[in-house]
Amino acid sequence: MPEASDATRVRHPLVELTLARSRELVREPEAVFWVFVFPILLAAILGVAFRSRPPAPLPVALVAGPGSEARLAALAHAGDLVAQRLGASEAREALAHGRVVLVVSADEPPVYTYDPTQPESRAARLAVDAQLQKAAGRADAFTPGRVEVSEPGSRYVDFLVPGLLGMNLMGTGMWGIGFSLVVARNGKLLKRLVAAPARHSHVLGAQLLSRLIFLVPEAGALLVFAHYLLGVPLRGSLLLLGGVSLLGALSFSGLGLLTAARPRTIEGVSGIMNLVMVPMWVFSGIFFSTERFPDRLQPFVQALPLTALNDALRQVMLEGAGTVALVPELANLALWGAASFLLALKLFRWQ
Amino acid sequence: MAIDAPALRCLGLVKRYGDVVAVDGLDLEVGRGECFGMLGPNGAGKTTTVEILEGLTAPDAGEVQVLGEAWHGDGLGLRTRIGVQLQETKFPEKLRVSEVIALFRSFYPRGPGVGETLRLVALDEKRSAYVRALSGGQKQRLSLACALVGDPELLFLDEPTTGLDPQSRRQSWDIIEGMKARGRTVLLTTHYMEEAARLCDRVAIMDHGRLIALGTPRALVASLGAEHVVEFAIDASQDGEPLRAALAALPSVERVAREGGSWHLTVREVHLAVPALLAALAARGVAPTQLTTHHATLEDVFMSLTGRSLRDA
Repeated sequence: MPEASDATRVRHPLVELTLARSRELVREPEAVFWVFVFPILLAAILGVAFRSRPPAPLPVALVAGPGSEARLAALAHAGDLVAQRLGASEAREALAHGRVVLVVSADEPPVYTYDPTQPESRAARLAVDAQLQKAAGRADAFTPGRVEVSEPGSRYVDFLVPGLLGMNLMGTGMWGIGFSLVVARNGKLLKRLVAAPARHSHVLGAQLLSRLIFLVPEAGALLVFAHYLLGVPLRGSLLLLGGVSLLGALSFSGLGLLTAARPRTIEGVSGIMNLVMVPMWVFSGIFFSTERFPDRLQPFVQALPLTALNDALRQVMLEGAGTVALVPELANLALWGAASFLLALKLFRWQ
Repeated sequence: MAIDAPALRCLGLVKRYGDVVAVDGLDLEVGRGECFGMLGPNGAGKTTTVEILEGLTAPDAGEVQVLGEAWHGDGLGLRTRIGVQLQETKFPEKLRVSEVIALFRSFYPRGPGVGETLRLVALDEKRSAYVRALSGGQKQRLSLACALVGDPELLFLDEPTTGLDPQSRRQSWDIIEGMKARGRTVLLTTHYMEEAARLCDRVAIMDHGRLIALGTPRALVASLGAEHVVEFAIDASQDGEPLRAALAALPSVERVAREGGSWHLTVREVHLAVPALLAALAARGVAPTQLTTHHATLEDVFMSLTGRSLRDA
């Protein structure tokens, strides 16, 4: 490498281009917010909103009448019920509005009014009946032992975090690469770089490299936060998790490159980006499971790269899956990445 | 063979955009060490021509040789020997001046260091400034620095001083003269005739994609046959043709050009032409609303060739 006449060393163009792109990104406070802070914020907010609560007592109503006082006392012993006395019409209304899940009439013997399609109503019927029978003199035949389990990894936030990671990898891959290239094209910087002899492969390769450099802190920050503060499990190998994230990031970088291959304006590229990303926000199981979509839609849903990435991330993090189990998802990502990258190179507009 | 090849040669260059012929059969040859100017109004085809010569645009017809080579593929080898300044480049706002120059320096196998390049364009004090903090003139000099950083044998400058204040323009002129002094070839486009007259060894005047005049600035002005220009304005509704003939017959007048109500006489001797002109106008009962005289410039050459002024064309 030739030495410059002053102290600055001449670096390889790929290094300089990558540095330039990375500096631009870290010097842009908005970019830092969206890439690093936003996913953590979202995980924290949604984690709090959908946190698992201890089982709530079931609300039931007793219609006021001659025996209701004694029944209220009987139900008060049961920790999983909370009973109140109401007039007959008030009780009906409370049931209709879901404020109580079961109404006990004032008759002797009582009549239980409840909706058998509601699991809570059925549970309330069993609990109320057991308490009232006991109060009426029925003895328990035996006292069963009990073991309570709480399974970490089955909470909503556990489902959510891999989805957010996938969404973030998609967003930064596409916006990060797409915007920067279109801005450079619009300002004739791409043309100038090519006119000064920058290799096409270096200009585009630097975008990917800088993307990969930022992948580590970006995915790392979210995972560290989720694991240590929200208790989201990391059951599979961290190496495999890194590999899946890397492949996902590359795949979406390819798509970002493709969407940015032709447009000359930010408006133009934004439209295409949304066209590509909105279906994935909806269908790729970020916030809820893809199984909720009807069977007819499944081939489409499963073909989306974000679906594959989210599935793979969940399998590694929540189920501790190994590489072999992930082959279909990894193949999907590799295919999307390679196809979009090659197409982007063919279509790319330098001026 | 490439040693004594001219710096630039093109033959029969044609470029069309739809129905518009941007470049219409252009032949040019620029020698080594020459500062060659392309002068013409906006839309004359200067930028298209330069971008074809730079290998950024493919011509529809014609041949191009740069430093004895034709453009092939991405032309990386040839590109390391030339410096290119585009009319307008937006460098990343959040990069520092020295970072932008280091970036461009990395593309070339040889050339001055970042510090030396900064001194060359008088930006050393702005070394650590962000691009967005630069003035228009400083951005233009940064752009010039990126074209110089590979120590090019041939420098393309597309309107290097358009939109600059007089002081920044003079600074750019000094830099370009420095390149000339070091024996580099410079091709620049401009629509400022004083810039072309000051910097260029030869000037090509372009209009509608064609070359309409070529020569040294002095020879082009001399081709007018007279050194002075008398300009005056009269009511534009006057029938000009009888007046034109009368003016052409005045003593010392070489040429008469008219643009609506404004008239340009190319004259050898102002002191002979002006009294005769005023008398001729008075005889017709026409009062001039304006009368000025100046030394003939390249602007007047363009005017006499096209009947239009450079700026309005």
